[in-house]
Amino acid sequence: MPMDFKTALFYILSTILVIAALRVVTARNPVHAVLFLVLAFFNASGLWLLLQAEFLAIALIVVYVGAVMVLFLFVVMMLDINLERLRQGFWSNLWLGGPIAVLMVIEMVAVLSARSFGLEAMPEPAAPAAGYSNTKALGMAIYTDYVYPFELASVILLVALIAAVVLNLRQRRDNKQLNPAEQIAIKRKDRVRIVSMPSEKE
Amino acid sequence: MEQAVLRLFEYFWGMFGLWDPLWALVKPVWPLVWVLMKIVAIILPLMLCVAYLTFWERKIIGWMQVRIGPNRVGPWGLLQPIADGMKLFFKEVLVPTGANKALFFVGPVMAIAPALAAWAVVPFFDGGALANLDAGLFYILGMTSMGIYGVIIAGWASNSKYPFLGAMRASAQMVSYEIAMGMALVTVLMISNSLNLSDIVRAQGRGWFADHGAGFLSWNWIPLLPMFVVYFISGVAETNRAPFDVVEGESEIVAGHMVEFSGMAFAMFFLAEYANMILVATLTSILFLGGWLSPVGFLPDGFHWLAVKISLFLFLFLWFRATFPRYRYDQIMRLGWKVFVPLTLVWIVVIGSWMVSPWNIFK
Repeated sequence: MPMDFKTALFYILSTILVIAALRVVTARNPVHAVLFLVLAFFNASGLWLLLQAEFLAIALIVVYVGAVMVLFLFVVMMLDINLERLRQGFWSNLWLGGPIAVLMVIEMVAVLSARSFGLEAMPEPAAPAAGYSNTKALGMAIYTDYVYPFELASVILLVALIAAVVLNLRQRRDNKQLNPAEQIAIKRKDRVRIVSMPSEKE
Repeated sequence: MEQAVLRLFEYFWGMFGLWDPLWALVKPVWPLVWVLMKIVAIILPLMLCVAYLTFWERKIIGWMQVRIGPNRVGPWGLLQPIADGMKLFFKEVLVPTGANKALFFVGPVMAIAPALAAWAVVPFFDGGALANLDAGLFYILGMTSMGIYGVIIAGWASNSKYPFLGAMRASAQMVSYEIAMGMALVTVLMISNSLNLSDIVRAQGRGWFADHGAGFLSWNWIPLLPMFVVYFISGVAETNRAPFDVVEGESEIVAGHMVEFSGMAFAMFFLAEYANMILVATLTSILFLGGWLSPVGFLPDGFHWLAVKISLFLFLFLWFRATFPRYRYDQIMRLGWKVFVPLTLVWIVVIGSWMVSPWNIFK
């Protein structure tokens, strides 16, 4: 049976997504792991595009790929990560980590199984009317129905932002910072004094 | 347009009597072929513009410094970019011993791919965009924010100190100025009530002045004058051009992330940088200077106006480079975070209050 273009695209994107996500946890080099995570985000955004959620798809790219992962990469590149030490506790911690992983898989299967996400439970949505813009629909939902949760989330983010700055704020004694306004306001007569003096040798 | 192109093909291949078998072959994949043709029609002139922008840059800076500039290859040196391209094409691509080979080659590709992909939604004339995306402006933000990966990956994969320093500087600088850039765009969205680039241009063609034959006074640059300046300067910083070129500051870190690259790998970075310059110039013209719209009522709109505006901004890029000394690193950060970001925030409030007041002109 020949597949239509969208279905084929879905399988390509999801295959790359699954492989990239696996490589995030199996890659030996942490920088490679971060780049595979970027690839995973990129393919997830492609899947959202297939669902006709173009605003969310591009938001995923702008926020995660464009900003968050850049800083991730930045930090991972700067760190001197010792892979041997990271791997040390693998077998001794397996008795705890293994069952938790299995539990999580069971939970995910229970939630995302065909019973709750199958074609019967989630039928294909009706085709949107002409002129429908999901950017606009999203904006209406966020700024009318969900305005308080949305504002609350932004205030929490702001608090986190200020906390991060405050935690790192310390006055260094060797700080040589200058005030640019003062620098610009400097005139020649403040710095240089021209002295008229007779020559000392005849 | 599509029909005209098809008729042209039919006429051309019909002369050899090959049209019918050829069309039988092409018809099932014609939409794909048509899109590919449009992509080539955008990328090819773009690459040519990049080549001649480098030539124009050397000429302009030469004249500004009372030199002649390139004048040996071809008449008035016009074939210089072709010669440069040939040279880069045939040069050996060297890979440093300790480099991460795969990522070393992924770096240049990651630099140029977003620089070209962003052009998909740019409207060149009314209805003249490859993809008339509803979230077009957002798409461009997403694509340009990915350009940074090329620089970081190249700097890290070279396994060398100067490239790594360059990559660090680049990521800090580009992330900082992206914020000012995005905030400046918010005001544009607010007054044009759309994310679609064509709609943004059309919104600028409405207003009292546009009705009275002085369209250039209806464009976004007057109500958004501070944002216009912030956007263009942030654009210069985003493309790592002088005076914000600490990323490749020759006197400090030689050529930054490009130190270890040669031949075509280097040329990729070069093409990406210039393609990004043209993109920033184009976006500034579209968002603030009315894109393809004519400044006065008695002249027709069209692509030529966009070309004139783009050339103006590209000239500004070159003029900056010949005029200003390089910023110190902490000054760059100060300008981005302490001047531009607060200014854009204030202007969002100003525009917002203006729009809910009775004097709202953006309807």
